[in-house]
Amino acid sequence: MRADVGLLTAELHRLSERVGREARFMEVCGTHTVSMFRHGLRSLLPPNVVLISGPGCPVCVTAQRHIDAAIALSRVSSVILATYGDMIRVPGRLGSLEASRALGADVRAVNSTLTALKLARDNPLREVVFVAVGFETTAPATAAALKRALQEGVRNFSVLAAHKLVVPAMLALLASGDDRLDGFLCPGHVSVIIGAEAYRPVVERHHRPCVVAGFEPEGMLAGLVALLRQTSEGTARLENVYPQVVSDRGNRAALELLDEVFTVADEPWRELGVIAKSGLKLRPAYERFDALARFGVELGEDEDHPACRCGEVIQGRIHPKDCKVFGTACTPLSPLGPCMVSSEGTCSAWYKYGRTAVGRAAVGGAAL
Amino acid sequence: MSTQATEYPAPPAARPERATPGRDDIVVLAHGGGGEMMGRLISERILTRLGNPVLDDLTDGAILPCPTSKMVFTTDSFVVKPLEFPGGDIGRLAVCGTVNDLAVMGGLPLGLSLGLILEEGLELAQLDRILVSIKQAAQEAGVRVVTGDTKVIERGAGTGLLVNTAGVAALDPRIHVGFSRITPGDAVLVNGTLGDHGMAVMSVRNGLEFQTRISSDAAPLNGLIGVLPDAGIDLKFLRDATRGGLAGVLADVAERAGHSIEIEERRLPVRSNVEAAAEMLGFDVLNIANEGKAVFVVAERQAAAALEVMRRHRYGREAAIIGRVTDATPPLVELLTEAGGRRVVQRPYGEDLPRIC
Repeated sequence: MRADVGLLTAELHRLSERVGREARFMEVCGTHTVSMFRHGLRSLLPPNVVLISGPGCPVCVTAQRHIDAAIALSRVSSVILATYGDMIRVPGRLGSLEASRALGADVRAVNSTLTALKLARDNPLREVVFVAVGFETTAPATAAALKRALQEGVRNFSVLAAHKLVVPAMLALLASGDDRLDGFLCPGHVSVIIGAEAYRPVVERHHRPCVVAGFEPEGMLAGLVALLRQTSEGTARLENVYPQVVSDRGNRAALELLDEVFTVADEPWRELGVIAKSGLKLRPAYERFDALARFGVELGEDEDHPACRCGEVIQGRIHPKDCKVFGTACTPLSPLGPCMVSSEGTCSAWYKYGRTAVGRAAVGGAAL
Repeated sequence: MSTQATEYPAPPAARPERATPGRDDIVVLAHGGGGEMMGRLISERILTRLGNPVLDDLTDGAILPCPTSKMVFTTDSFVVKPLEFPGGDIGRLAVCGTVNDLAVMGGLPLGLSLGLILEEGLELAQLDRILVSIKQAAQEAGVRVVTGDTKVIERGAGTGLLVNTAGVAALDPRIHVGFSRITPGDAVLVNGTLGDHGMAVMSVRNGLEFQTRISSDAAPLNGLIGVLPDAGIDLKFLRDATRGGLAGVLADVAERAGHSIEIEERRLPVRSNVEAAAEMLGFDVLNIANEGKAVFVVAERQAAAALEVMRRHRYGREAAIIGRVTDATPPLVELLTEAGGRRVVQRPYGEDLPRIC
């Protein structure tokens, strides 16, 4: 065991005894969820420290209507649909992009918006539509690509805008009042953009500790130690245990770029419904890049699979294994809901890393 | 046969811009018509590179001497995009993949078949490069292409070149591998770094370009496997860790042998650039394909000797003892992480998709 991990784990166990009850922390971000599993950290946690995976997997929170719209756009014959890879298998009402591709649509996995813009430049006779999903981590890249497309006069590029904001989702979760959460482990990479101070409303309005942490084992454990220490003291403060990377105010240039291209708008979330001021829509100067308007595709309604409980999973209300179809009708091979598709999805992470662990104490650790 | 008519235009090929090649530079349907064009393709391009007394006869099949009473027989098809990638190409992949399937069964390769399905429009210069690569890989593995077949399909019906190779081998009487021979306490080894092939291909695939110098590990392993019994090592189990990666092989072992396997993250050989690329794309190195790596199970008392012998071989320099077989139940594959935690390693369930951020 690495020295720091040993010290931090010992401190967690000491604090958990002092707390003397179950402490429930939400890791907001899917990358935290996966990192926790991959490094085997859950096996090191005291049994009364419970981690709940929140609405921070960008694929999982994308509303079905946006997936359906992406599929409809992929069926336009001139369109090359460019998307982050893990969107490809997510089922909508019209099937999935994977099925659409198998039937002849030109769907390409890209790892950046700028690659999508390059596709547009390289294929002047085609229309490139980029599926712009994700939080403040990916939104500035979309903004940068759109700004460049405007400057360069690229006419065959557009986006399906479905970016979401982290903090409004956390506030919406708390506003419902039945969360039983003792605090939030806040994602390092989103915080690089928005700054640690962005979580201030969560702390002040709802009196829950927020700790910004990185993704290395030591960083995540340090975040949990800080959360548990606040729980033991009965305080709710904003802490940043990732100060070498995350500043209080965030990345000013990225935020200005976001503000130049987008404006805050109400946004539909998968199974959470429309959350006020939780998304980004294009400003008038950039409306020409709106793929929905360009191709006359309407956003429909969400009509999720009746057995799928992804919505409750991403709000931390139920554990994946409480869902009747988890691991049976819903598996990574044939996912019913988005939490099973994305490698960062809570259900996928539990299926991959946690499913068989239930039977063996050594693997155990905290389960919800 | 016709290409499927759809309302979607075919995606533009990811090839550099250049002057349109003439009819003499590319594969045309006539190359598969059984006439003069096909004869010239075979004699001028294939036999000049892969020719040997058995193949040169151009008979309907090869007659080979059989030195042992038991044989190993395998077949494998290869579809890869792009056809050429850092560290290899579809030709090297085909030879190595088939030789390795034979070798991990304890086979001493005797001959390979080579089925080439050429797509109309394939540049002959590229075909030539791939044939040279096949020749080199076969020479390295000490095996000959003894029979073959060529077909041409219409443009749009394939990915340029599809290859099927079958192989026959004599069973090495010194090698007896099987799930049933694995027992708790045995050591688990790999012969080198993990994930190189999968990340090399991913790094050049259209849309996932990033600056990198990751090379495929495609290599024939029959030589490496052969030196182990030479040194008195009793190989209990062998499996090449191709699609599904190390995780796929170990999950099979746990399930079929009925014993748990414990591997240690800090002992896994992984190149730093492969690790970084995998991390960036959200892949687990344990799930990524290899084309020159195998899992070796030997008795614990022979582990150190096996490691020493492997490390002396060209394709085992970075070999490592990565874990052991245990009697923990239920039978699972567990990873002791570098951070000091434990987690279960599962069989990957399909193609891993690059993640969003």
